[in-house]
Amino acid sequence: MQTFFQQLINGLSLGSIYALLALGYMIVYGISKLLNFAHGDVYMLGAYWGYYTINYLHFGFITALITAMIVCGLAGVIIEAVAYRPLRNAPRVAALITAIGVSFFLENGMSYLVTSDTRNFPQVIKQKTFDLGGVMISNIQLIILVTTLILTLGLMYIINYTKTGRAMRSVSTDYDAASLMGININHTVSITFALGSALAGAAGVLIGLYYNSIDPLMGMTPGIKAFVAAVLGGIGSIPGAAVGGFLIGLLETAVQAMGFSAFRDAAVYIVLIVILLVLPGGLFGKKQVEKV
Amino acid sequence: MKKNWKYNLCWLILMVAGFYLINTLMLAGVINTFIENMLVTIGINIILAVGLNLVIGFSGQFSLGHAGFMALGAYATGIMTQTMNTAGGFYLSILVGVVISIVVALLVGIPTLRLHGDYFAIATMGAAEIIRIVINNMKITNGAAGLFNIPQFATWDVVYIFVCLTTIVTVNFIHSRDGRAVISIRENEIAAEAMGVNTTKWKLSAFVLGAATAAIAGSLYASYLQTIVPSTFGIMESINILIFVVLGGLGSITGTFVATTLLGVLDAALQSLGVLRMVFYAVALIIIMIFKPGGLFGKWEFSFKRLLTKKQDGDMKEAGKESK
Repeated sequence: MQTFFQQLINGLSLGSIYALLALGYMIVYGISKLLNFAHGDVYMLGAYWGYYTINYLHFGFITALITAMIVCGLAGVIIEAVAYRPLRNAPRVAALITAIGVSFFLENGMSYLVTSDTRNFPQVIKQKTFDLGGVMISNIQLIILVTTLILTLGLMYIINYTKTGRAMRSVSTDYDAASLMGININHTVSITFALGSALAGAAGVLIGLYYNSIDPLMGMTPGIKAFVAAVLGGIGSIPGAAVGGFLIGLLETAVQAMGFSAFRDAAVYIVLIVILLVLPGGLFGKKQVEKV
Repeated sequence: MKKNWKYNLCWLILMVAGFYLINTLMLAGVINTFIENMLVTIGINIILAVGLNLVIGFSGQFSLGHAGFMALGAYATGIMTQTMNTAGGFYLSILVGVVISIVVALLVGIPTLRLHGDYFAIATMGAAEIIRIVINNMKITNGAAGLFNIPQFATWDVVYIFVCLTTIVTVNFIHSRDGRAVISIRENEIAAEAMGVNTTKWKLSAFVLGAATAAIAGSLYASYLQTIVPSTFGIMESINILIFVVLGGLGSITGTFVATTLLGVLDAALQSLGVLRMVFYAVALIIIMIFKPGGLFGKWEFSFKRLLTKKQDGDMKEAGKESK
C-alpha cells in the first residue's frame, strides 16, 4: 500500500509536467489544427532559460518561472508569425512540415549554441522530504503539483471568463464566422500561441527542478506524449487535457514500477491506439461528426 | 499494353542508360566511395519515399510510421543473413521481411485506417514506436546494441535494380484501375464510397504496398551498411521520409525522386558543417514550405508520353490538376 501511494505521488508529479504541456498543445491544436512539433522544443527553451538565469543572474525560483513563461510565450508568438502564419491557408501537411522544420531548428540551433551535453539544473530550492506515514513527498513535488494546479485554473479562467478567451473559443470553432464577427484572427491566434508556449516554458523549468538534468533534445518525446495526453483527455476540453496528462504520468510510473521500464513508452502508445479506436473523442471530448 | 510500348521502351532505355552511366563513372574513378555511399543512401530513400508517397500522396492517408516497417525488413535481413551467408539467403530474407511487414501492416492498418487525419498519423507513429521498442528489447535482435557484421550483398547495383523494380510496381499500381480507386479515396472518400469503391480495401492495399516497399528498403539498408541499431528507426526517420515526400510534392513520383536526390546531395555537401548542417537544413525546409507549400512539383509528373505526342489534351488535364 505504501509503495502504491509512493508511486501515485511520483506519477502525479510527472503527470503535472505532461498536463502543462498537454494544455498548451491542446489549445494550440484546437485553434490552428496544427500538430505543433515545436511545442516540446519550446519546453526545452524554458528549461534552458531557467538554467541560465538561475546560474548566472541568480534568479529565484518564482522569478525564473515567470520570466521563462514570458520568454517562451514570446518565442511561441514569433514561431507562429514566422513559420505558421504564411501557411494558414496552405495544405495542412505543408504546415506540419514547417512545424517539424522549426523543431529541427530549435533543437539543432540549441545544440550548436550550448553544445548537446546534458547539464545539471541548478538546485534553486533545497530539497526537503516530508514523511507522511511512510510515503515520502518532497517539497519540489509539492511545488510542481501546486504550480500546475494554479496554472491550469488560470488558463481555465482566461478561456472561460474573459473576452480574449471567448475570442479564442470562437476562432477555434469557426475561423470565417469568427472573423465576420469582428474578431482579429491573427491577434487571437498569437495570444493562443503565447499562452500555450508559456505553459510549456513553465513545464520546462519545473522538469529541470524535478529531474535535475536538461539537454537540447529533451523536448522531443514529451512533446509527442503531450499530444497523446491531449487526445486521451479529448481535444477541446481543458480539464480533459489536464486529466490526460496526469493519467499518462501515472501510467508511465506504474509500468516502470512493475519492472517494465523498457516498455514505458510502448505502453503510452498502446493506450493511445486503444483510446483512438474505442473512444475517438477522448475521455472528456465532445462527440463530433466527422466533417468531410 | 501494346499501345504504350514506345513509352515503356523509353523508360527502359533510361533505366539501362542510368545504370551504365553510373557503372562507367565508377570504373573511371569519378565516383569515389563517398559519392557511392551517397548514391546508395539516395536510392534507399527513394524506395522509402515512393512507398510513403503512395500512402500519403495517392491514398491520402497520413502515415507517420514508415520507419517501423523499414525496421522489420532491416532486422529480417540482419538476423537471417547471419546464418545464411549467401546471396540466396539475402533475397530470401528480403522476402521474409516483406511478408512480416505485410502481416504487421494488416494488423496495424485494419483497425487504424478508420481514423482520419492527424489521429491516423499519431496512431501509426505509435505503432512504429511500439515495433521499435519491441525490437529494442528482444534477445534475437541483440537489443539496443543492434546487429553488426551483417554480410554485404546490397551493393549499389542491387539497390539500383530494386529502386527501378519498386518504382515500376508502385507506378503501375497507381495507373491501374485499382490505383484510380485509391486516388478517388484521396479526392473524396464519401463520393468514392458512393460510387462503389470499397474504401477500406483500397486504403489498406495502398498502406500494405507502402509497408512492403519499406521493408525492402530496410533490408537493403541493413545489408549495405552492415550495422543496424533500433534507434535508427525512430520517429526521426519516419519524419525524414515524410520530408522527402512533401518536399517533392504529394502525389508526384517525379517530385519524390528529385527531392530525395536534392536533399541527399545537400546532406552530403554539408557534411563537414557538423551540427550547423541541421540548422541550415531546417531553415531550408521552412523557407521551401512557405514559398512552395504544394511541394516542388505539386502533382506534376514527368511523362514520355506527353513529351513524344505533345497532344494538348494531356496538358489540359495537367493544367486542371495544377490549378486545384
